[in-house]
Amino acid sequence: MLTQLFDSQLLLGAAQAAVALAFALLVMLLARYEQVHLERELTGALLRGLVQIVAVGSIFLLLIRAPGWITVFVLLGMIAAAAAIARRRIEGIPGVFVVSLYGIAFGSGLVILPMTLLGVIETQVTALVPVGSMIIAAGMNTCALALERFRSDVESHAAQIEAGLALGAAPAETVTPYVRSAVTASLIPHLNTLRSLGIVWIPGIMAGMILSGTDPVYAAVYQFVVIAMIFAAAGLTALATMVLVRGRVFGAAEQLLVRPGAG
Amino acid sequence: MNSGGDMPILRADALGRALGGASLLDGVSFSVLRGEVWAIVGPSGAGKSSLLRLLVRLDEPSAGTVFLDGVDYRQLPPRDLRRRVGLVAQRAALFPGTVTYNVRFGPSQRGRELSQGRVEELLSGVGLSGFAGRDVANLSGGEAQRVGLARTLANEPEILLLDEPTSALDEASREGVEELIGSIIRENQLTCLMVTHDVAQARRMAEHALVLRQGRVAEKGPVEEVFGAHSAVR
Repeated sequence: MLTQLFDSQLLLGAAQAAVALAFALLVMLLARYEQVHLERELTGALLRGLVQIVAVGSIFLLLIRAPGWITVFVLLGMIAAAAAIARRRIEGIPGVFVVSLYGIAFGSGLVILPMTLLGVIETQVTALVPVGSMIIAAGMNTCALALERFRSDVESHAAQIEAGLALGAAPAETVTPYVRSAVTASLIPHLNTLRSLGIVWIPGIMAGMILSGTDPVYAAVYQFVVIAMIFAAAGLTALATMVLVRGRVFGAAEQLLVRPGAG
Repeated sequence: MNSGGDMPILRADALGRALGGASLLDGVSFSVLRGEVWAIVGPSGAGKSSLLRLLVRLDEPSAGTVFLDGVDYRQLPPRDLRRRVGLVAQRAALFPGTVTYNVRFGPSQRGRELSQGRVEELLSGVGLSGFAGRDVANLSGGEAQRVGLARTLANEPEILLLDEPTSALDEASREGVEELIGSIIRENQLTCLMVTHDVAQARRMAEHALVLRQGRVAEKGPVEEVFGAHSAVR
């Protein structure tokens, strides 16, 4: 119906965004009715998301004409931004931004680089940036989930960890169970994605490729490739993040820094 | 050189701990000779448990230090220190699994596997014969506390730190555990520092007492002097 009302693609986009926003605001009102106050966070996130994604669309206009090496800097910028976002809710762990940065860079870099060299991801800006961004975003979410789970598990098991330390255990040994559970928990969304692929969820890339006339079977296979890359990047990010963070919850003299009431 | 008769095995020197601007311990000094049993007494919030944590360096002193056999403990690798000075916390915080797994944990960190016989012996020593295969999830508070004690003793510490060792027990079993701890200390020739808020228990179990109030040493010395007829500490 909207397509019949608007001739200009830009106006059509604005109208579609307004409708989507209305649904999001409806959710906010329903949540408020149940005493769940999302107003501040959701309004900020929606506006921010809209501004960011429109800005990205505008930047793409420029990138399409830019030389290929610019892509490297775009992806590096995305990794830095992802690290800054991933560390936000994590308090009490020193140097957690650096952990997130290295973790996401390791996980996404180790997938993007070889896959680009092998030609699985095309080197054009229009392919590398969106696919790379999906991989980096997956790394960011995994990193944030793993860090939050780890911090919370360490805090709630502080007595057992300190019992281990008091018995002369190496710090890394005392947090091993929580490293494992953080990696597992952070990968659950990606495992669910893999399991539900094509049944519950027909992802965007496949839909876009089919709409643009690509063979549906090839579109499906390529979508699987992207999802598998995302899972690989998420797994590598989770593992790297945990290897980097597990020592940071301890002080120089092997004292647990993250515990209830520690300050 | 370090085994001289009058050389304290443990000496706290002006030990202090501040957290978030509040002083938990301030200028705490005392010396413990090998084989002595000390009670650390004081009201809630006096800094008793904080002191034990500092003695095994689970927290870092804000001031002062501790000497172990004359050596500043900041020069010792923390894992060696914590093997030599064993802490039994107020809450046992056992690891999920069997009693045997818990008892073997400390030595296994140094690549040593305790024989089943030694595990049984340690458990028998704390009155838990036949508990080796039990899952710790099925233990009572008192049993868990004893497993915590056996787990620490498995490390063969030179100094034993006990934080309210009978707090998880009812009145009836408290006396038995006191006797048990006393015999373990004697048999293993341990030096022991025991936190308690119970002056009567301190009198029964210790030879020396350190009384803390608001993080400072209020009194210290032989039990009969500290808790004697003319003392303010009862």
